[in-house]
Amino acid sequence: MSTGQSGIDPNGSIALQTENVCRHYMMGEALIRAVDGISLRVCAGEFVALLGTSGSGKSSLLNLIAGLDRPTSGTVMVGGRDLAKLSREELAKYRLRTVGMVFQSFNLIPSMTLLENVELPLRFAEVDREKRHGVARQALDRVGLSTRLRHRPTELSGGEQQRAALARALINQPQLLLADEPTGNLDSHTGTEIMNFIREFNESLGMTVVMVTHERVLAEQYAKRMIFLADGKLAEEQENRAVVNAQLTSGGGR
Amino acid sequence: MKLYDVAELAVRNLRESILRNSLTTVGISVGVASLVAMLSLGIGLQQLAARRLQKSGLFDTVIVSSRRDLRNFSRDQEENGPAPAESPSLDEAARLKIVQLPSVLEAYPDIRFVTELRFDDKPHLTMVAGLPFSARNNDAFDGMQGSFFSSETALEVILQKSFAEELLGKRPKPGVDEVNVADLAKPLIGKELIMRFAERTVTPPDARDAPPDQSKLPSAAYSVVSREQTLKIVGVCDLDPDSLHGQGRARVFVPLQLAQNLHVMQPSDLRDTTNVAGGKPTYTTLQVRVKSPKDVQTVEDAIKKMGFNTFSIVDATKSLRQFFAVLDLFLGIFGSLALAVASIGIINTLVMAILERRREIGIMKAIGASDNDVKGLFFAEAGAMGIFGGVLGVALGWTIGRVINLGTNIYLRRQHFPPEQIWSVPWWLVTSAVVFSIVVSLLSGLYPASRAARLDPVQALRYE
Repeated sequence: MSTGQSGIDPNGSIALQTENVCRHYMMGEALIRAVDGISLRVCAGEFVALLGTSGSGKSSLLNLIAGLDRPTSGTVMVGGRDLAKLSREELAKYRLRTVGMVFQSFNLIPSMTLLENVELPLRFAEVDREKRHGVARQALDRVGLSTRLRHRPTELSGGEQQRAALARALINQPQLLLADEPTGNLDSHTGTEIMNFIREFNESLGMTVVMVTHERVLAEQYAKRMIFLADGKLAEEQENRAVVNAQLTSGGGR
Repeated sequence: MKLYDVAELAVRNLRESILRNSLTTVGISVGVASLVAMLSLGIGLQQLAARRLQKSGLFDTVIVSSRRDLRNFSRDQEENGPAPAESPSLDEAARLKIVQLPSVLEAYPDIRFVTELRFDDKPHLTMVAGLPFSARNNDAFDGMQGSFFSSETALEVILQKSFAEELLGKRPKPGVDEVNVADLAKPLIGKELIMRFAERTVTPPDARDAPPDQSKLPSAAYSVVSREQTLKIVGVCDLDPDSLHGQGRARVFVPLQLAQNLHVMQPSDLRDTTNVAGGKPTYTTLQVRVKSPKDVQTVEDAIKKMGFNTFSIVDATKSLRQFFAVLDLFLGIFGSLALAVASIGIINTLVMAILERRREIGIMKAIGASDNDVKGLFFAEAGAMGIFGGVLGVALGWTIGRVINLGTNIYLRRQHFPPEQIWSVPWWLVTSAVVFSIVVSLLSGLYPASRAARLDPVQALRYE
C-alpha cells in the first residue's frame, strides 16, 4: 500500500490506485465533500485498513473502488483501467469479476437459501447450473457451512451469515476483496473468526484486501497498512510492522 | 443471465409475494376472459350468420344468363364484353363448361313456370320451380313437414306454406297467429294434385309451315302441347326456399330433373326460335353453386370471360363481413378495456415490488448484476404474470362464453326456437389471447423494469 508517491513495496504490482479522487454531492443547499482529493496506491496482495470516524469518507471511498459509485473528479484505476471511464455495463462486469464485497449487514437475499445466495454471482456470470452448484458448495464448505446449504439467512446466526457472505464474495475468485465493517454486527469472538477467514484468503489466495473499519485494534491486528481518513481527506498512514514482520516470519508475505 | 435463470428467479420472486401477485394475475385473467368471452360471442354470431347464409344458398350462388337476354343487362357488363348478338348461347354445352371450372360444385338450369294446379277439382294458378336434389340441405327445409323428394325424377311435389293454406282455403287473418305448418301438412301429405302445363316438342323441319323463300333460314321450331301430370304431395315447408327470386317466387316445387324431363315451355323458348343456333334447347338462367362464398368472385370472373352475364350477392356478403369486422372490433375494444385496467395492476404490483426489493436490487448490483439482468428479471416477472393470467383468462372466458351460450339456448327453447351455437373459441383466439396478454404484461413491465435497472446501488444498499 502506498499513499502519494511512496509505497511499502516498490517492487509489487499496483492493484489499485486513486489520483486526487473526489466524491461531492449536494444535500439540500449544502455541498458534501464525502471524498475530497484522495490519492493512494494499493499493491497486489496487500491488506489495507481504512480507518476513520463516522462521516470521514471511508465507505464512500470504498464504494468508488467497488465501482458502485462514480467519482466527481479524479481517477480510480484498478488493474490499469479507469473506473470512471467504464460504461454501466462494464462497471457491472467489473463488480462481477474483479471485486468481491462483504458488508456490515451481510446483505444476503432473505428469500434465497445459502446455496442460492452464494451461487448468485455465478448466475450473473452465466455459469451452468451443475458447475455453479459444485463451486458454491465448495465455497460454503470452505467457510464451514456445508451443512447449512438449504437454510435461509434468517435461520442462521450473524457469524454464519457473514461467512456465507464471504463465500459469495469469493465465488468468482476476485482480485480485490472489499470489506465494509465486516465485524460491525458481530461479537468479538465471531468477529475474530471472520477476520481470520479474510486474512487466510489474503495470504493463501494472494487476494488484495481493502477493509473499512472504525476499530483500530482490529486493523492493527490484521492489516499491513492503516490509512486514516478525516473529513474526506487522507489524514495519516501507518505501516503495521508487527503484521508485516509476522507475515515475513511465517513466509506468507508477498 | 441465462434465460432459464431469469425465468427461475422470476417465478421464485412471484412466489415470495404470492397473494399480491396472484391477485394481479387474476386481474389479468379477468381482462383476458372478458376479451375472449366478447370475441367468442362475436365470432360465434358471425359463424352462425355464415352458416345460415351458406345454407340459404344465397351467398355461394352465381346466377348466369346469356347476354342475348337483354333484360339482364347491367351497364357495367354491357360495356365490357362481347356484343349481345355475338355472345354464346346458354345451352347444355355451356353448362358443362361451367361445371368444369374450379370451385364449381354444380350448375343447373333455373326452370320455373306459371301453371295451373288442380286440387280437389279446384284450379289454383301459381309459379312452379324445379328444385335440384342438392337443395335438401337448404335450411328452408329445416322445419319442413313430411319429407324431401325421394328421387331426382320422383313424381312428387313440395308446397310452400302459403300455397298449402290456399289449397285448404285457410287464409290467415291479419292480427291472428299464423297457422301451424304441421296442421296444414296433415291433411295434404300423401294427397295428389294435377299439374297442367305446356310441353315443348321440337317440330321437324319438313313439318314447318313456312313461306318457301324463308324455309332455309336457320331457326328452331316448336310445338306446344298441353299436358297433365299427377303429382304426390310429400312435404309442406314453412320458410321460403325460393327467396332469392324476388318477383318470380315459386310456391310449388318439383324435382329439377323431373321438370327438365317434362320439357315445360319456358319464356325464353319463344325468343330462341329466332336463334341462329336453333334446334338446341337453351336455358334462361343457370344457377352455379360454388364451394365457398369466397370463390364466388373468381367463378364470376371466369364465367364473364366466357361471354355470359353473371349476378351474385357477393357484395352483400362483403358488407356483412364488414359489419362483423366492426362488431368484433368493438367487442374486442370493450374486452380489452378490462385488460388495460389489469395492466395498470401489473405496473402497480411491480412498482411496489421495486420499493420492497430495493435493497435486494442493490445487493444484486453490488455482486455483479448488470442493468439488463435487473431489467430482465422484472420483465420476466411481468411476462410470467401475463402467461399465467392469459391461460387462466382463456379458460375463464371459455367458461363465460359457454354459460352465455347455455343461457341463450335455454331462452331460445322457451321461445320455441331451435338451439343455436352462438359462441365459438377457435384456436387462433386462444393463442392470440395468451400472446396479447403476454404482450400487454410486458409493455406494463417496461416502466417498472427500467426503473429498477436505473436504481443507484449505493442508495439501494442504504435502504432499510
